[in-house]
Amino acid sequence: MAGSNPNAKPMNLTLKVWRQKNRVSEGGIVDYKVKDISPDMSFLEMLDVLNEDLLRQGQEPVAFDHDCREGICGSCNLFINGRAHGPEQGTTTCQLHMRKFSDGDTITIEPWRAAAFPINKDLSVDRSAFDRIIQAGGYVSINTGGTPDANEIPIPKDIADRAFEAATCIGCGACVAACKNASAMLFVSAKVSQLALLPQGHVERKTRVENMVAQMDLEGFGACTNIGSCAAECPVGISLENIAILNQEFLSAKATSNNLA
Amino acid sequence: MVLDSKLPEGPIAEKWEKHKFNVKLVNPSNKRKYDIIVVGTGLAGASAAASLAELGYNVKAFTYHDSPRRAHSIAAQGGINAAKNYQNDGDSIYRLFYDTVKGGDYRSREANVYRLAQVSVNIIDQCVAQGVPFAREYGGLLANRSFGGAQVSRTFYARGQTGQQLLLGAYSALSRQVAYGKVKLYTRSEMLDLVTVDGQARGIITRNLLTGEIEQHAAHAVVLATGGYGNVFFLSTNAMYCNATAAWRAHKKGAYFANPCFTQIHPTCIPVSGDYQSKLTLMSESLRNDGRVWVPATKETAERLRKGEIDVNDIQEDDRDYFLERKYPAFGNLVPRDVASRNAKQMCDEGKGVGSTGLAVYLDFADVIKRTSAEAVSQKYGNLFDMYAKITGENPYERPMRIYPAVHYTMGGLWVDYNLQTTVKGLYATGECNFSDHGANRLGASALMQGLADGYFVIPYTIGDYLASTPPKPVTTEDPAFAEATAAVQARVQQMMSINGTRTPDDFHKKLGNLMWEYCGMSRNAEGLRFAKQEIAKLRQEFWSDLKLAGTETEMNQALEKAGRVADFLELGELMVDDALDRNESCGGHFREEYQTPEGEALRNDDDYAYVAAWEYMGDNQPEKLNKEELTFENVKLTQRSYK
Repeated sequence: MAGSNPNAKPMNLTLKVWRQKNRVSEGGIVDYKVKDISPDMSFLEMLDVLNEDLLRQGQEPVAFDHDCREGICGSCNLFINGRAHGPEQGTTTCQLHMRKFSDGDTITIEPWRAAAFPINKDLSVDRSAFDRIIQAGGYVSINTGGTPDANEIPIPKDIADRAFEAATCIGCGACVAACKNASAMLFVSAKVSQLALLPQGHVERKTRVENMVAQMDLEGFGACTNIGSCAAECPVGISLENIAILNQEFLSAKATSNNLA
Repeated sequence: MVLDSKLPEGPIAEKWEKHKFNVKLVNPSNKRKYDIIVVGTGLAGASAAASLAELGYNVKAFTYHDSPRRAHSIAAQGGINAAKNYQNDGDSIYRLFYDTVKGGDYRSREANVYRLAQVSVNIIDQCVAQGVPFAREYGGLLANRSFGGAQVSRTFYARGQTGQQLLLGAYSALSRQVAYGKVKLYTRSEMLDLVTVDGQARGIITRNLLTGEIEQHAAHAVVLATGGYGNVFFLSTNAMYCNATAAWRAHKKGAYFANPCFTQIHPTCIPVSGDYQSKLTLMSESLRNDGRVWVPATKETAERLRKGEIDVNDIQEDDRDYFLERKYPAFGNLVPRDVASRNAKQMCDEGKGVGSTGLAVYLDFADVIKRTSAEAVSQKYGNLFDMYAKITGENPYERPMRIYPAVHYTMGGLWVDYNLQTTVKGLYATGECNFSDHGANRLGASALMQGLADGYFVIPYTIGDYLASTPPKPVTTEDPAFAEATAAVQARVQQMMSINGTRTPDDFHKKLGNLMWEYCGMSRNAEGLRFAKQEIAKLRQEFWSDLKLAGTETEMNQALEKAGRVADFLELGELMVDDALDRNESCGGHFREEYQTPEGEALRNDDDYAYVAAWEYMGDNQPEKLNKEELTFENVKLTQRSYK
């Protein structure tokens, strides 16, 4: 019983892949055929097969971001058949397997599309805007050393669990890609919620949310219109509830703070 | 050169305290006059960069990823050890120290390990203060679980994604310093060489992975936190980009490479499913708390199972061999990784393996699901079970997982002294990149502990000792050494681009990986190692005459990046083989078939091999020179490791 189904037959597929030389050049869809794709392959292993073929023929392989291939690093980011990370719910591109496709299928593969995520090359995009949002306040301002014993900060289990759920965001950007406004609200709210829920984050609660939201706007992400496609397409199930928490945090900060941002 | 490990004098429990008092300090107003380069932004790098910047140094942090948060520490699943003794179950700093030295099969430095156990408790405090959401009990206090090689519960965890939460904690501390302007962050920048001036590390040469530009960076000291070299084997649980290039370049500039043959094969990974396999996925060791490892009791049953004549759930209790529980009643399924891996291999070699390839054993959760519930199991291991289901298409709640050992971690690495300084002055190595704490085998939940110990609590103290003796004058890239190193890097890139052969970087990498796994993997013998050495040398020649690349070097070119890394693996692989040949004993992850006990356990030779093998680069195509650091054990008695 190697893999799921020893009788599953290899597939032949047509790929429509976005190719773009660099940030400034114009891109377009190019068609490729791949043969004998095993249903047990991951989607990225299927692209490896294509790239090895291209390279052997002296053509440039398709650039795409990936690394851990375990669904946790957040590098991979393909828009497959019109959906962020493809057809399987709650799954990163690297964890999507070819058994979700059928022989003869045509698969369209595009990069994340958002003004705040410029394309580097082909399917690779620049998500450094996310880093800058975290730099604006996604932390507790403590230095190394001099911290109290870990058990001196008891936290109710349900609160700790909710903070953990929010903290599991992998920063892939699927929420932005899935949103018709290219809003980063789900990403920002996940970090704001995690730290707003925990006592460690309370001290900087107001400045954090103000600064992070201001940076988000500065980066050119769109506004949130509460459609919810971000949460629907999030590969790790970050809840829409976080956006409600963010809005609440933001309003209460704005109502009472010095309006830093 | 005589290796001086700079171990402090005195009783083991006092060494670190004394040393912290004896090291020189840089006064606060002088710290801003020093620049420090940190390469790598995983646990060891991000924690070091943040902590050094907090102290006032100017830090430049480099990563080849698009963001520091992508470093492979993020994928660590199970947990982090700390001698908190919150469980009141007999843990202590001494016990964590003892377990780690024993677990490492007595090939690590006592003083380093003791320090690691000491600072382990501070790490948990630090991470909790950052807002790392560790698992908690209903009373609001931290929860623990047990891990292999220990009989106490000392592992702190955040479901099955502890590494992610710890890295995001370190990343947040790093981000804060970036915002303050104390860390300058260079993403998508790969270190391709170390620059030394008068024998001291003075900077690095990097390639901008988006533009191909070769860049020079100067500093008063360089910290390498660039991870391990498990991807020499092609297939491993490492991420695709993990590589040895930064460490290997430093090695060629004078940093000794220690114990390269000490690699860890993790017992519980999802087995290979086909030739296209690009990497292997770990199923956390924590699963062995509740999962039971077994194979069919007879070869005949195993054969029928492989042919699909019977189903795994049809096999009765009597026809199952829970071989770890049978052979090691005291530790059972929680024996250390090297022992669990070798036993799984042995079962498969005896023809009792499962899956269509016969290269797998079962990890079964039926008992715990019956005892508690599927929901309780999901609470604990949900994300791992989901991952298994996605990759294999099988439901682990209904059928036992199939697992097989895979390369996971490298205990070897750059040789460092007690200060974590390499044999190149001003060059430091932290985390998996160095060799110092895990001996010949690393215990579970110790990698996260070591990476953060080095970065948060060791390097901030020890690097000052070196800087205090270096004048606080600005450093520049004007020294000719920078131009020379840059020219060499450019020449190498152009050479690879111009070969225009027929074979891709992955093609060479896979061949190398097969050789390493076959002859320098879970078990090794002299004959096989000598054969592998010849074959690797041949493969290296073929690489430099038949490599195929496309595109140009002045743009994003992932095949070119890969080629450079494979070229270095082809050199490091040979050194690993040399090291394995030199070590005529079995210890931890290094199992030489010639040296085993009658029961098939690793047979150490403490009289002749209780040393760290530190290899010195002697020039291209020259054999490397072996330098030995004798290990002395004043606190732990060397015994045959027994988990029975």
